[in-house]
Amino acid sequence: MEVIDIIKPENQVFNKTCLMTDTTLSYCPGCGHGVAHNLAMEVIDELGIVEDTIGVAPVGCSVLAYDFMNVDITQAAHGRAPALATAISRTWPDKYVFTYQGDGDLAAIGTAETIHACNRGENIVIIFVNNGIYGMTGGQMAPTTLPGMSTSTSPYGRDIETMGMPLKITELIANLPGTYYVTRQAVHTHKHVRKAKKAIKTAFENTRLKKGLSFIEIVSNCNSGWKMNPNDSNVWMEENMFPYFPLGDIKVKGKLKQ
Amino acid sequence: MAKVKGAIVVDTETCKGCEVCIPVCQENVISMSTTVNRKGYHYAYMSNPDACTGCTNCAIVCPDRAITVYRAKV
Amino acid sequence: MSELRLMKGNEALAEAAIRAGADAYFGYPITPQSEVIEYLMTERPEERTGMVVLQAESEVAAINMVYGAASTGKRAMTSSSSPGVSLKLEGVSYLAGAELPAVIVNVMRGGPGLGTIQPSQADYFQAVKGGGHGDYKLYVLAPASVQEMSDFVSDAFDIAFKYRAPVLILSDGLIGQMMEKVVLKDQKDRMPDEEIIKRYGSWATTGKKGRERNIVTSLDLIPEKMEARVHRLMKKYEQMEREDLRYEMIQCEDAEYLFVAYGSSSRIAQKAVQLAREKGIKVGLLRPITLFPFPKQQLLVLAHQVKGILSVELSTGQMVEDVRLAVKGRVPVKHYGRTGGSIHTPEEVLEALEQKIISDGSN
Repeated sequence: MEVIDIIKPENQVFNKTCLMTDTTLSYCPGCGHGVAHNLAMEVIDELGIVEDTIGVAPVGCSVLAYDFMNVDITQAAHGRAPALATAISRTWPDKYVFTYQGDGDLAAIGTAETIHACNRGENIVIIFVNNGIYGMTGGQMAPTTLPGMSTSTSPYGRDIETMGMPLKITELIANLPGTYYVTRQAVHTHKHVRKAKKAIKTAFENTRLKKGLSFIEIVSNCNSGWKMNPNDSNVWMEENMFPYFPLGDIKVKGKLKQ
Repeated sequence: MAKVKGAIVVDTETCKGCEVCIPVCQENVISMSTTVNRKGYHYAYMSNPDACTGCTNCAIVCPDRAITVYRAKV
Repeated sequence: MSELRLMKGNEALAEAAIRAGADAYFGYPITPQSEVIEYLMTERPEERTGMVVLQAESEVAAINMVYGAASTGKRAMTSSSSPGVSLKLEGVSYLAGAELPAVIVNVMRGGPGLGTIQPSQADYFQAVKGGGHGDYKLYVLAPASVQEMSDFVSDAFDIAFKYRAPVLILSDGLIGQMMEKVVLKDQKDRMPDEEIIKRYGSWATTGKKGRERNIVTSLDLIPEKMEARVHRLMKKYEQMEREDLRYEMIQCEDAEYLFVAYGSSSRIAQKAVQLAREKGIKVGLLRPITLFPFPKQQLLVLAHQVKGILSVELSTGQMVEDVRLAVKGRVPVKHYGRTGGSIHTPEEVLEALEQKIISDGSN
């Protein structure tokens, strides 16, 4: 059977979700943001909830998320997305409200908003892409930059004497009673992508059931910031990021996993 | 069991040549082109089309959703 | 039915928010305006009207909550005092840039820095000259009584939604803390969600249904587009100046001298007018009710009638600069005012008029 015979509409098994626009992604080649965007939109599409979904975009590489995500989106000041999401969710209790943020946005300037939205147990979904660096501004050190990892503002490697250890914000908020589902995923292989998508679907299901806050960290690569090609960065991520930021569910149905 | 044959179509102008799709293809179907697209990226293509099973691994890891997957019973 | 009560300014403002059909209030404690959120928490408006009241973790979070609710077309507001308002200014700039309707209240206290908790008017520049970053202005209402603290809430929401812009109610600790008679307006129903979607669905992020997606943002990476956006804001401000300027003229018909004062300072100046006239000095008072738009033409006209103008502010003189701009050097314009939380007396104001304007004779 020739390729030409296979490529027919009725044989199609996968294509881009309609909830991603046709705008070329501004992300660097091989960046995990693209996959994370697509998974979130695929889930919203498959759950058929786009008419009641409101996204909150951050400041950072995904500040342009609204150019790519074909849903209603309001764009927050740096770090403040959880505050916007809180207000939207409270004034529109039946809507699906999600934030999409990076590690600088959520775990540095937005730490207070993150912790308090989680502590209040807002009925929202937080999608947190952790690539251990400030990407948009050109590769500066972030709260989750690993010890010894060199960035433009830690050129000699993160010095834990002066800058402390990377901040495990996800474990921190998992211990707040307000959080219902807390998980850490990745999107660099097909296995991880399928698990991450399942996690995102669970999160939006929790919103439907008004269970409280679902928090999904996605450990991702940053090729430009880490100065590696995409596949090398994914290998480096597995060998360096995952030991410090272990993948898997941390809290399910309000209970911490041992 | 009926044999299944797959095929992918790569949007060569969307592909950024990141090669993330290559390691996840169990059948080593994909390679990078020698020519470049309008943006100067080498793009993915089926260098070994017969081996494709249409499993969608490559498509779901593609950050730019440049890959559409087809599958047919033989 | 409207109701007569004796209330604190801050509480009248809070009650007025419920009656104005506000959808949400996000606040944070800071003297001298904590009564606003205390009143709302006690009144539990979510039972009366479904209004959401939430104490945020900081003023920064509070203003961004307002931004979130406003981006969906809801009537949202916040209140704070000087240092808290400084924290909110980034959010206010975002509200202006994203063209979102919202109401912000500043019950001013002495500054700078932690300052004091007594009243002051030293945030005039912050309020009127932008305060946050970028080319934008705020429509600023300056209440001078508990009645105006109440009335200006619905006025502010009306202006905010007419122009899709943030509006500031610039009060101070004196107006916020004192008790006076107030006639409260009738309850205005909150707008149902379907009505919000029908009315504001062209821009508000209420969920993409039967339309293309809506984006609320203040970001435009293409300079020409950002420039066009800023000029769109400027057109609004010009319209505000044409259509929504508010001021009051007290005993100006025969005035030979003029006080210019707003808010609590205007009440003190009004007493000084009386004291002066008892001494045969014909002085009038122009009270700007909106600080932007500012009554420039009216001031220029009065400058052709009076021999000198004294700007009376609880600060070291900020509005005086706008008075000078309006008067274009026609007559001397001086400033008098206590600051740091101290409050000038009518006698001090009169004395300043005599020394700085009348006997100075340098005109």
